[in-house]
Amino acid sequence: MLEARGLVKSFGKIAAVRDVSFSARDGQITGLLGPNGAGKSTTLRMLYTVLAPDAGDAFIDGRSVAADPLAARRSIGVLSHGAGVYSNLTARENIAYFGELHGMSRAERAARAAELIDMLEMQPFADRLAKGFSQGQKLKTALARALVHRPRNVLLDEPTNGLDVMAVRNLRKLLGQLRDAGHCVLFSSHVMQEVDHLCDEVVVINGGQVVAAGALADIRAMSANSKLEDAFVSLMHGESGDGK
Amino acid sequence: MSLRGIWAVFRKEFRENLRDKRTLLSALVFGPVISPILVAALVQFSISHAETQSDENIVVAVTHSENAPNLIDYLSARGVDIEKVDLDEAGARNAVANQTHKIVLEVPADFGTRLQEGQPAPVILYSDSSRGFERRGVGRVRALVSNYGIEIAQLRFLARGIDPISVLPISVQEIDVSTPTGRSVLVLNMMTYLVLLSMMFGGLYLAIDATAGERERGSLEVLLTSPVPREHLAYGKICAAAVYMLISLVLTVTMFAIAMSFVGLEQLGITANLGPAAALQLIGCCAPLILFGAAYLTIISALTKTTREAHTYLQLMITIPTMPLIFAGILGLQSNLGLMFVPFLGQHLLMTTVVRAEEILPLHILVSVGSTLALGAVLTYIAGRLYRREALLG
Repeated sequence: MLEARGLVKSFGKIAAVRDVSFSARDGQITGLLGPNGAGKSTTLRMLYTVLAPDAGDAFIDGRSVAADPLAARRSIGVLSHGAGVYSNLTARENIAYFGELHGMSRAERAARAAELIDMLEMQPFADRLAKGFSQGQKLKTALARALVHRPRNVLLDEPTNGLDVMAVRNLRKLLGQLRDAGHCVLFSSHVMQEVDHLCDEVVVINGGQVVAAGALADIRAMSANSKLEDAFVSLMHGESGDGK
Repeated sequence: MSLRGIWAVFRKEFRENLRDKRTLLSALVFGPVISPILVAALVQFSISHAETQSDENIVVAVTHSENAPNLIDYLSARGVDIEKVDLDEAGARNAVANQTHKIVLEVPADFGTRLQEGQPAPVILYSDSSRGFERRGVGRVRALVSNYGIEIAQLRFLARGIDPISVLPISVQEIDVSTPTGRSVLVLNMMTYLVLLSMMFGGLYLAIDATAGERERGSLEVLLTSPVPREHLAYGKICAAAVYMLISLVLTVTMFAIAMSFVGLEQLGITANLGPAAALQLIGCCAPLILFGAAYLTIISALTKTTREAHTYLQLMITIPTMPLIFAGILGLQSNLGLMFVPFLGQHLLMTTVVRAEEILPLHILVSVGSTLALGAVLTYIAGRLYRREALLG
């Protein structure tokens, strides 16, 4: 369970996030949808504790990110933008390293790495150095790394960027499995189809503010558009409908 | 406070960099192997060159030697090999410029008649002063020719009943005290400087890669979401850089000891103390500096935005702590308690003392080790604080 309450964040004079509140429930996939520069990444970064909000707070399973970031970090798994993996470590070592950072014993992290390698079908490249990995292989490694400590909540920043169709399908399948296992999945995207295919709930962000939030069907109904893309466009216009 | 995170980060950085060619080259090859060999070769060359220069005969090409047979005999008797040639002025210039002859002495046709008439008799000496190694040869020829002139003058005075001593009011006696001790200082300064620099280079690539590199590749952000206090991440990376620096230091000192044993240092008048015991003492002198150096490199890496920027700054910044050594060399500073407080300079002075087999004062060791470790702890703390900043992500 993730919850953002009145998050505000500026970088110098630029207000990246003005006022963002929403919640993402367990057993659901929540999509953070918005155009480039809307504040999606900044919001996610506050939720996964690498940025401290200027005002407001975020709660991970009810624990305040501002008050106890270390505790909050134990129950989140993060796939950051670009999914950087360590190129001089193998996929298995990349996964085990994060297990170790999460305090897992040697046997525990070896077993969990093997389990994730099976689950994500990474056997062909699991013991190769990440140096020559394709975008899809890197993503799988980063995803396994994010899941190594069995986090209740999974946050993904633009996970489908740069992936081919097959890789995107695999990712969808996996996120579906996580949802069915009761995890809270939150991911950001600017691609309508992704959100349309995957999400139970949508939070639409524009200009650092939440423009609309709710179940997919509600969003469509709200803007009287049966297609999400049309709904999105009409929401964006509504937001900047001050004669621009 | 759990140190588990520091250990995990340390192990991962150590292992990952063991597979990085650049880290290995700079930690294990560039400093430790190349610099001792370079210094040893340089010392060996200057020894052998100094030997040959003073012993060897000088070869001088003389054009129109028939005009001054006595002068030629005089030179031949004093270690000058005469090579008779026939060149005009342009020919002589070309011969020197093309290095077919290094030194050409031209005796003009009127040399003998002018000498007999008591007028100044010119000889022309061609050489190329931009070629350093021949300068001493030219100097010797010039001195011999003017000595020949002085001898003629003295004979003339004698013939006129004047005591030739009275026209030599001043006699200059040159005593060169620069050798051998002066040269030894230069060699020792070069060695301690390279040991310290090589130690710093051992941790350079790791420090850049572990902070600026990790940020650039996008893995730093995920690392910061792990439940390890951020300063512990910095400490783990500093420890890994420190271990590479230690390896580099041990290898460099060992290689210096081995390389210098092949060089005839005693010919430079140096009784260098570079046995196994001295090598251990040298490593001991420098070891406290490792924490300081590793934290220093990590701080600069954390303050830069990209690896490229980090490289640019670090190439410059790595020489800054070694600046006091250069000043100490120029000013000829001797060990004293105050200088022991300065990192790098203290280690340099202690190392010099060890190599010269002089007595080391325990108080000096205590002050050097204590102040360097204290400053290292301060820098480590600062690096930890920098890891807490949001700006670390760039």
